[in-house]
Amino acid sequence: MPAVTETLETVQSVTDSGYKWGFETDIEMEFAPKGLNEDIVRFISRKKNEPAWLLEWRLKAFAIWQKMEEPRWAAVSFPPIDYQDSHYYAAPVQKAKPKSLDEVDPELLKTYAKLGIPLKEQAILAGVEGAGETPAEGRMPVAVDAVFDSVSVATSYKERLAKEGIIFCSISEAVQEHPELVRQYLGSVVPQGDNFYAALNSAVFTDGSFVYIPKGVRCPMELSTYFRINAKSTGQFERTLIIADEKSYVSYLEGCTAPMRDENQLHAAVVELVALDDATIKYSTVQNWYPGDSEGRGGIYNFVTKRGACRGARSKISWTQVETGSAITWKYPSCILQGDDSVGEFYSVAITNNRQQADTGTKMFHIGRNTRSTIVSKGISAGKGQNTYRGLVKISPKAHGARNFTQCDSLLIGDQCGAHTVPYIENRCMTAKVEHEATTSRIAEDQLFYCRQRGLNEEEAVGMIVNGFAREVLKELPMEFAVEAQKLLQISLEGSVG
Amino acid sequence: MLKIENLHATVEGKQILNGLSLEIPAGEVHAIMGPNGSGKSTLSYVLAGREGYEVTEGSVSFNGQDLLAMEPEERAVAGMFLAFQAPVELPGVGNANFLRTALNAIRRARGEAEIDAMQFLKLARARMKVLNMPEDMLKRPVNVGFSGGEKKRNEMLQLALLAPGFAVLDETDSGLDIDALKMVADTVNSLRGPAFSALVITHYQRLLNHIVPDRVHVLSAGRIVKSGGPELAQELEAAGYAGVQAAA
Repeated sequence: MPAVTETLETVQSVTDSGYKWGFETDIEMEFAPKGLNEDIVRFISRKKNEPAWLLEWRLKAFAIWQKMEEPRWAAVSFPPIDYQDSHYYAAPVQKAKPKSLDEVDPELLKTYAKLGIPLKEQAILAGVEGAGETPAEGRMPVAVDAVFDSVSVATSYKERLAKEGIIFCSISEAVQEHPELVRQYLGSVVPQGDNFYAALNSAVFTDGSFVYIPKGVRCPMELSTYFRINAKSTGQFERTLIIADEKSYVSYLEGCTAPMRDENQLHAAVVELVALDDATIKYSTVQNWYPGDSEGRGGIYNFVTKRGACRGARSKISWTQVETGSAITWKYPSCILQGDDSVGEFYSVAITNNRQQADTGTKMFHIGRNTRSTIVSKGISAGKGQNTYRGLVKISPKAHGARNFTQCDSLLIGDQCGAHTVPYIENRCMTAKVEHEATTSRIAEDQLFYCRQRGLNEEEAVGMIVNGFAREVLKELPMEFAVEAQKLLQISLEGSVG
Repeated sequence: MLKIENLHATVEGKQILNGLSLEIPAGEVHAIMGPNGSGKSTLSYVLAGREGYEVTEGSVSFNGQDLLAMEPEERAVAGMFLAFQAPVELPGVGNANFLRTALNAIRRARGEAEIDAMQFLKLARARMKVLNMPEDMLKRPVNVGFSGGEKKRNEMLQLALLAPGFAVLDETDSGLDIDALKMVADTVNSLRGPAFSALVITHYQRLLNHIVPDRVHVLSAGRIVKSGGPELAQELEAAGYAGVQAAA
């Protein structure tokens, strides 16, 4: 069985209603004091034993952030956030390296089990000596980096990947082991002052994943990161940096969950991708942060900056996202199409149910000649959810022969939700071609009745129709993830009909 | 198997069925004929439990169960199948996936093990061969871009695979050429047996040349006005409904 299918089924069996990832792990944690100031930035940098240049980089970001204001242009509403009322560093207390699974903190193991990470990977992730790096039989290995609150707990299959020259580790480790790569690329796609949340992240990021694929290497397995917010009153600020050198290929997946809490927690991540000549990066997300309850209490504020630079000729970056979680999602994975003939893709399914709000989309910057981009966005609104697609296609005067195709479809379930489409197109090149299509529809009564007449109950019927609606996007996901995503779509809509 | 007594039903406040009574024993195929607006489609939707079709009086018992108290999907898994006059399109939903989900819902209700994708494909291919259907119909989205004839074929494929105890065919023959008509008849005839009954609703007698019914009923103004053997269909074809209504 694929690992992620196992994941889902394990997780589903843990609880039987509502948000199924809402458990909390009772584990010994180390916190920085609440609040945010230069000392906290220095504290984080010291904890991570960082070189001076990185501390300077953080402090510069902090200085910029202090002068910035929260963006309020998105179609989302939330009370003011007190940035001083949060912990900016929380980490499980590190002990000596355990010798077997028996010595690992059982609570941590339980968390992995509940998240459905198979036992073999659990052992590797828990850092058990000699846990080996051969996958359990009968399935494709997936290399996993688990980020638990502020720190990356462990990364699996590192040795096997290293044989190909691939670096897959936490960004903290990369800072120590490969400082030249980190220094060269960090902030090169999303600079410190890019926006309010990116500046905040640059100042206080605590961990995340780092990937480097060398020239000509096709990464032999999916790389995957599981992000988990566990501790109370903490923000999570991870930073991911992926570099695909010339003629290389990598497919990267991220999954996210968090416990159910009444408070809103902030997640402000930054992801930077760099693709050099003829390189391809496929980045898939199944975002399932806690969405809050049906009255809109609690849930994650997911304010994330994701951007990829197609620096090389014929390079390609493809974003696929399935957004089912979070109280608020503010996220625009983008592509800077610098290299001639480079390709950017954005495939998105965003669901808002109950009181969830999503303002998401993409930006495609066409700079090089014959650059191409495709945008397929599927928004599904149910309950009192609000769903906005916001996108920008910008074509510079020199982007001769550039082409964009955009398709935005919205599906409404019930009569109290909303769907909005805000496409911006700025075309400054005569030879460029831009196409935009948009539709809004409802699940029709006759579709529901047809399914029910064949024996499907109402929720199965809605799940099936919604999955059909989202199919063009789901088929872009790696196989194992697609199965998880399909079930997730159905679970997210539970209680939205009838 | 199916016993309808004194059924009254309204649609959007309008009285359509006016005291319809009909009994279809196990193993029999009955036909209902009648002019436009006589309540034929309303009867099929009332039996399937569609929203908006309100029963104001009367009862329907299905294998001893109170059919009218059941949700549409409960009726379906209990063996009530409706072949739609206008099958509905489900964009992006693969036909195979849809059929397997439906089949498994029914198997679950019967206490049978669910079947996986491989087993399903084997089963479906075998049925499709018999019905002379191209295999690519399984891969296409449910009814999307299907011609009128293909949609009806797809209904028959579902009927054959789900093998219900009772099938209502709501003017399945309308708009079909003779080959497609035969395929519909072959499907129904292949299911005929002591545990299967059907109600074939049609305007025309020609379908009944291929599916020879045990009984024929004439529906007019929401009630059965005349019943008889298969020869009644031929009479209707010759005399028209006006003659029958006048006689009744």
